Amino acid sequence: MSDKTTYRPEGIHDAFTEGGTPADRPADTAARRPTPPALGWRGMLRWTWRQLTSMRVALMLLMLLAVAAVPGSVLPQRSQDPAAVLEYLGDNPTLGEWLDRFGFFEVYSSAWFSAIYLLLFVSLVGCIVPRTLSHARALRNRPPKTPVRFGRFPATASATTTASPDAVVEAAATHLRGRFRRLPTFRVDTGSEEPRLGRPATRTVAAERGYLRETGNLLFHLALLGLLISVALGQLLHYRGQAIVTEGRGFANAVVDYDTFDKGAWFQPSSLVPFSMTLDDFHSEFASDTVAFAQARDFTADVTVTEPDGSSHPEEIKVNHPLTVDGAKIYLQGNGFAPELTVTDSEGQVAFAGRVPFLPEDQMYTSRGVVKVPDVSPGQEQVGMIGYFLPSAVVEEDGSARSVFPQPDNPLMVLEVYRGDLGLDEGVPQNVYNLDTANLTPSVDEDGETIKLLVRPGESVELPDGLGTVELGEDVPRYVALDLRHDPSLTFVLTFSLLALGGLAISLFTPRRRVWVRSWETTDDDGRPVTRVELAGLARGDDAGLQREVDAVLAAILGETDPGPDPGQDHSSTPRRTTGTTTATED
Amino acid sequence: MQIAELSVLLVWAAATALTIALVAFAVDLGRRTEERVEARAEAHAEARTPVAVGAASSSGPAPGAPAAEPAAPRRRAAGIAMSTTWLGTALLLVAIVLRGLAAGRTPWANMYEFTLVGTFMALAVFLGLNVRRDVRFLGPFVAGLSVLFLVLGLNVFYVAATGVQPALQNYWLVIHVGVAISATGIFTVAFVASVLQLLRDSRDSGAPYLQRPGFRWLDRVPAPMSLEALSFRLNAVAFVLWTFTIIGGAIWAEHAWGRYWGWDPKEVWSFVVWVVYAAYLHARTTRGWDGRRAAWFVVVGYACVLFNFTGVNLIFNGKHSYSGLDAGTTAG
Ligand code: HEM
Repeated sequence: MSDKTTYRPEGIHDAFTEGGTPADRPADTAARRPTPPALGWRGMLRWTWRQLTSMRVALMLLMLLAVAAVPGSVLPQRSQDPAAVLEYLGDNPTLGEWLDRFGFFEVYSSAWFSAIYLLLFVSLVGCIVPRTLSHARALRNRPPKTPVRFGRFPATASATTTASPDAVVEAAATHLRGRFRRLPTFRVDTGSEEPRLGRPATRTVAAERGYLRETGNLLFHLALLGLLISVALGQLLHYRGQAIVTEGRGFANAVVDYDTFDKGAWFQPSSLVPFSMTLDDFHSEFASDTVAFAQARDFTADVTVTEPDGSSHPEEIKVNHPLTVDGAKIYLQGNGFAPELTVTDSEGQVAFAGRVPFLPEDQMYTSRGVVKVPDVSPGQEQVGMIGYFLPSAVVEEDGSARSVFPQPDNPLMVLEVYRGDLGLDEGVPQNVYNLDTANLTPSVDEDGETIKLLVRPGESVELPDGLGTVELGEDVPRYVALDLRHDPSLTFVLTFSLLALGGLAISLFTPRRRVWVRSWETTDDDGRPVTRVELAGLARGDDAGLQREVDAVLAAILGETDPGPDPGQDHSSTPRRTTGTTTATED
Repeated sequence: MQIAELSVLLVWAAATALTIALVAFAVDLGRRTEERVEARAEAHAEARTPVAVGAASSSGPAPGAPAAEPAAPRRRAAGIAMSTTWLGTALLLVAIVLRGLAAGRTPWANMYEFTLVGTFMALAVFLGLNVRRDVRFLGPFVAGLSVLFLVLGLNVFYVAATGVQPALQNYWLVIHVGVAISATGIFTVAFVASVLQLLRDSRDSGAPYLQRPGFRWLDRVPAPMSLEALSFRLNAVAFVLWTFTIIGGAIWAEHAWGRYWGWDPKEVWSFVVWVVYAAYLHARTTRGWDGRRAAWFVVVGYACVLFNFTGVNLIFNGKHSYSGLDAGTTAG
């Protein structure tokens, strides 16, 4: 398709007419040589660098990047769902092990994925630096001289007028420069020519627009580089903590107060501003219409933030509306019920009292929680309980219970009781949401069925096997799962993204055009003196608007210089014009 | 509820109008093909020059003026096709507005609605292009894809109109998803142009299968060069919109999910789409990779767009959906 490249007028040889890019050309010559030149290691290095910074290789790397990104969407990823990775490894032991070895469960931090994008950015730098330099030079260039012949240009126009060539040139230049002095649309040079090729002396205009196109392109690529660096810095400097907070309680922004805490390698403890926060109230709304029954409609946490200086202020956190405190953002990531349970052992001692967060397991907030009671009176067996909290319980005839709505309209707790050694004394950390029942004895009835205790708020119920009693608090507090994040790079990430977007739009939508005008005195068919005007236009790449641009220049020339039809003169003095590709000029 | 049902009816009506448009467009293309062949034969008999003029001007400012004039009076089918396309598009617009009224929110929050609005965008781009220049040769394909999308939407993706979860209640729903749909609509029309470019190019270079009489209509579509220019202009606009979609999505994710990028499948595939189209733009300026090869990038890119919309929603979904705990992650 090389024949589609723009028409190349004689005498003008630059990137505009060549179609290629400065960085592209030397590399292309190198690419045509299949074997590296035997120039020793320096030659090898230079050859490798040229290969790497060629457009062809950039293209390959881009495609490779697209392909390499795909497995991460197909296979579970550790950073998102570690449990799914374990499950996959369990289901596919051999394949899984190999995939794991090659980083397929951490695709986006794997060596091969990183290698592709780092090479791409090295290539980008190698490509963009020489381009920036040559663009800086090109910015001072003048438009190329008016070509000798206009006949074969992709857009042409011509006309005769009664105005003088000087007036024509003046009008064309004014129009091309545009309305803003400081920001001319076209860079314009006017000139004169000696008689030549059977033409008398002429006046000429050479104009060029669209230098911003390359500026935009460079801005775009440099902004991508800035984006990459900002993201990397963010990874190094950020911290993220997660905490579960129940109504009426709070937490402090300190590493020890979080349930989980991650930080980047360059994390500064000083970026952890010591404010504290209490959850005053949490409320939720759910749809009750039949179409979307029980779908969540709103979650709101009302909190009070206490600054390090002791001042405090009420705030609100919603999904989509994180709260920003001292440069950190606090997100509402989850919510549920944290019923208050009190266990009294058979000796009458309170062995456990506290709020237990129950994790919702379905849309109706059927929630599961675990109570571990290790601190029983001496000589007693430890107690463990697995409970289900049903916010709006319906008990069926067979005794089974389920929740029919997510709001606490008719709360009920269902408990299974275990006794034995909870294994907490060995010092091995345990998941608080899991009860390992392997070494425990369940409480069963005469038929060997596991006993299910039903407890309502405010009630106290006997535990089976004489283990004591359990009491459910009158009010059922809610809890929220909060995620607090501090990433100092966010502003930079956003700025560079927007710069990239802007640069891209400029580079894709700025027309890059050259327009030339030539004008001289001649006589019309009746031998009267007239001025002939000819125009030619050339664009970089395909440009549907080029002819319109040329026509507009001609219209401006005729509109501004034509004195208007004079009743005393005959028709031949009114401008005659022809435009379009088929216009022939006399040579 | 009644408004919602009326909306569905109107979508069916739009699909019907577009089916008629599809047939009329096809008839038009077929007829003009015959004329073209006759005209060619005549031209050969008389002189050689008119053909050359007709061919050369197809990329110029006055496309095909000599060839189009004798055919003009007989393009009644094209007129019917254009009117029914306008009608179908208008019906679809009303259907979308009614859908929004029924749900009480912006009508592009789920797959069904996305299909409707995306189809509408593709049709609007096609009609808009037609105001400025004659691109009716795209008609059969744009109308055909539209009918396909609408019927798929009604039969496979349909969900009742209702509100959305807290994570979706945001003005970013309007901006981010709206821009994504517009980009998809434009990518669709550009894809049609690139496919025609590939077919026409193969026929011109003598691919045996495409020499059959059934493919004679390909002579009526513009030369590969001008198809490629059309496709590029559309893809450039869509690519900028897609870039904005990704940035907007990241800003929204930062609000809703607490991180601006997390390589969730939707994010992965949006990235893949972006990279493929970026590769397309680079291919166009790389010698040896422009023309036909660049057009293949458009085909691959559009396949990724479709997969991002269907496959990612239908295959990879499930992890994130309604675990009442993580209301924030159900937006997928
Ligand atoms: C992170 C990787 C890259 C991405 C995402 C990217 C993206 C883009 C995009 C979207 C454009 C379209 C703008 C336009 O056509 O003016 C573009 C243009 C361009 N890119 Fe890249 N690019 C990357 C790397 C590179 C590299 C490594 C090179 C050099 C080898 C390069 C050289 C160019 C050139 C020369 C253009 C302008 C083409 C023209 O003349 O219009 N890019 N790039």
